[in-house]
Amino acid sequence: MSEVIISINNVIKDFGSVRAVNNADLDVLKGEFFSLLGPSGCGKTTLLRMLAGFELPTEGTIHIDGQDVTLSPPNIRPVNMVFQNYAIFPHLNVAQNIAFGMRKSGLSKQELHEQIEQMLELIKLPGYGDRGSNELSGGQRQRVALARALIKQPKVLLLDEPLGALDKKLREQMQIELRLLQQQVGITFVFVTHDQEEALTLSDRIAVMNQGNIIEVSTPGSLYEQPQSRFVADFIGTMNFFDCTLKDFSDGIAIGEASELGNVKIATPQTIVSPGNEFTLAVRPEKFSISFEQPDQQYNSVLGRMGPSAYLGDRSHLYVHVEGREYPISVALQNLTGVLDQMYTTDRKVWLTWSDDSAVMLPMEG
Amino acid sequence: MIRTRSRLNTLSVYAVIYLIFLYAPVAVLPLFSFNDSQYITFPLLGFTFKWYAQLADSQGLQNALINSLKVGLSVAFLSTVLGIFAAKAVTRYRMRRSGLLISFIMVPLVIPEIILGISLLMTFSVGGIKLSLITVGIGHLMLCTPFSMLVLISRMEGFDKSYEEAAQDLGENAWWTFWRVTFPIILPGVVASFLLTFTISFDEFILAFFLAGTDATLPLHIWSQLRFPDKLPSVLALGAIIVMVSTVVIFAAELIRRGGVDLGNKSKV
Repeated sequence: MSEVIISINNVIKDFGSVRAVNNADLDVLKGEFFSLLGPSGCGKTTLLRMLAGFELPTEGTIHIDGQDVTLSPPNIRPVNMVFQNYAIFPHLNVAQNIAFGMRKSGLSKQELHEQIEQMLELIKLPGYGDRGSNELSGGQRQRVALARALIKQPKVLLLDEPLGALDKKLREQMQIELRLLQQQVGITFVFVTHDQEEALTLSDRIAVMNQGNIIEVSTPGSLYEQPQSRFVADFIGTMNFFDCTLKDFSDGIAIGEASELGNVKIATPQTIVSPGNEFTLAVRPEKFSISFEQPDQQYNSVLGRMGPSAYLGDRSHLYVHVEGREYPISVALQNLTGVLDQMYTTDRKVWLTWSDDSAVMLPMEG
Repeated sequence: MIRTRSRLNTLSVYAVIYLIFLYAPVAVLPLFSFNDSQYITFPLLGFTFKWYAQLADSQGLQNALINSLKVGLSVAFLSTVLGIFAAKAVTRYRMRRSGLLISFIMVPLVIPEIILGISLLMTFSVGGIKLSLITVGIGHLMLCTPFSMLVLISRMEGFDKSYEEAAQDLGENAWWTFWRVTFPIILPGVVASFLLTFTISFDEFILAFFLAGTDATLPLHIWSQLRFPDKLPSVLALGAIIVMVSTVVIFAAELIRRGGVDLGNKSKV
C-alpha cells in the first residue's frame, strides 16, 4: 500500500496572469482512493487535468508509475478519466463506447466481446450493449463512462466530479458502488469533488485545496477531528470558532482564556499559537453536551440561552446565544427521544460543556 | 377569443400574400415551359414537352452543365474542407482575436460580387493567369468558404470538447480523434455545407461572367441563349429543372443539418 503511483512535484499552472495551481506537491499511493476537495475555482480540476495531460504545468514535474509524464500527451499516459458530463460518444452505442479505447489492444473480436460483457456485468448493466447513448439515464451514463475507462486497465482512474449531475438519492447509492468498485478492481482513484461529505465518505485520503494551494492532505478522520488550519476546519463540516489567549502549557494540557467561554482546557501534544499567545479554539457542534444545571467543572463550560432550533430528522441543530458573542453557538443533538422541542424552548437557560480532547487549537487568522 | 382569432386571420392573410409574392414568379417558369408557343403571353396555347426535348439535343447546354458540375463539386469539396479547418481552429484553440479573424473571413459575403469579380479579374491578368474554369473555381471558393464556415462553426460550437478529450484520453491521437469522434458528430454540418456551397457555385453568374474563359458555366450559357428569342422557351424549361433540383437539395441539406445525432447536451447540468 505504500508504493507511490503519482508524484506531483512543485507544480505550478498559470493561465495568463491567473495562477490556477500554486506549487502543488503531492504523492498518491498505489490503490488509494484519493480526493481533491475544495470550493469551485480552487484549482482541483486543473490539477486533475494536468494528471490527464489536457493541461501542461507551467513549472514542476509529474511522475506516474515512475515515469516522467509532465509533458506527455493524454493518449500515451497510463491514466483514464471519467468526465464531469461523462462524454459518452453520442454516435456510438453502449458497447461501441466501451470498446472505443481498445482499437490497438490486439484482441480478437471474440475476446473483445467477452471483455465488454464482463465490463457490463461489472457496472451492473448486462444486456445494455446495443442501447443507444441517448437511451441512458444519468446514472447509467456514469457507469458506461466508468466501464469505458476501466476496460483500459489504467494505472490510475481520474474522476472529475462524476456524481455532480445526479440527484441526492442516486448520488449516495453511486458513492457506495464507486467505493466497492474501486476495492474490487484495485485501481488508484483520484477523485475531484467540491462536496465535503462525499469526499469524507469515499476517500482514503483527501487533499483540501483553496485558491490554487493545497492546504492540507490527510485522512478523512484527521481532517475532521484534527484540522490544521481554520480553512479546513471551516470547509469540512460545521465548526464553532472562539478567540483565545494561552495561559499555560504543560504535560500536553493547554490552559487558555476566551472572553466568550471563560477558562478552557485543551489536550494537545503541542501548542499552536500566533504572536501574543493568541489562538483560535474550534469545537464541532456534536462535541457539546447540553444541560439545565450548572456543571461541576472549572473549565470548558459556558452559560447560554436557547435560540432557534432546526429539526433535521436524525438530529437537531440548536443555536445557543452566549453573552458577548455575535453569532450563536451551533450545537448538534441526536434525536434519541422525540421530545426535543418541548425541552429546549427559546430563551431557556442552558449550560454547554465539552471535553478537553474534543476541542482543536488553530492558529489565529486575519 | 374573438380578438385572437381575427388577429390570427390578419397574420394568415399576410403570410399568404408573402408566399405568393415569393413563389408566383418562380411558378411562371414551369408554367410557360410547357406552353406550346415561342412567346411568353397569355392565353396559354397548349401543352408540350418539346422545349424539354430540345434541351437534350443542345451540345452547348450539355457542355455548360458539365462545366458547372465540375466547378460546383470541386468548390463544394474544397470550401467544406477549409470550413472544417477554420471551424476547428476558431472553436477549439485558445486564439487571440479570433473574433476579428472571423469578421475578416466573412468580408467576401458583404463585398458586392461585381467588385469582387473585377478585382479578381485584375489580379489574374496582372499575374498572367489565363482565365478558365479554374479561375471561376477560385472566385467561387472565396464566395463559398464563409458560408461553409458559418455552418460548421455553429455545428462545432454545439458539441462539447470533452468528447474529443475523451477520445484522446482513451488513447487516440489527433488524427484518429478527428475521424472517430469529431467527423461523425459534425457530419450533418459537413453534408449541409457541401450542398449549400454546391448550390451557391452552381447558380453563380457575376463572378463566372468575369472569370470564365472560353468554357461557359450553366448560368453563362443561359444568359447567352436569351439573345435568341426562339431559344427562350427551352431556357424556361432548363430554369424549371434547376429550380426543382435546387429546392430538393436545399430541403435535404436543412433536414440533414437539423437531424443527425443527439449531441447529448441534455445530460449536462
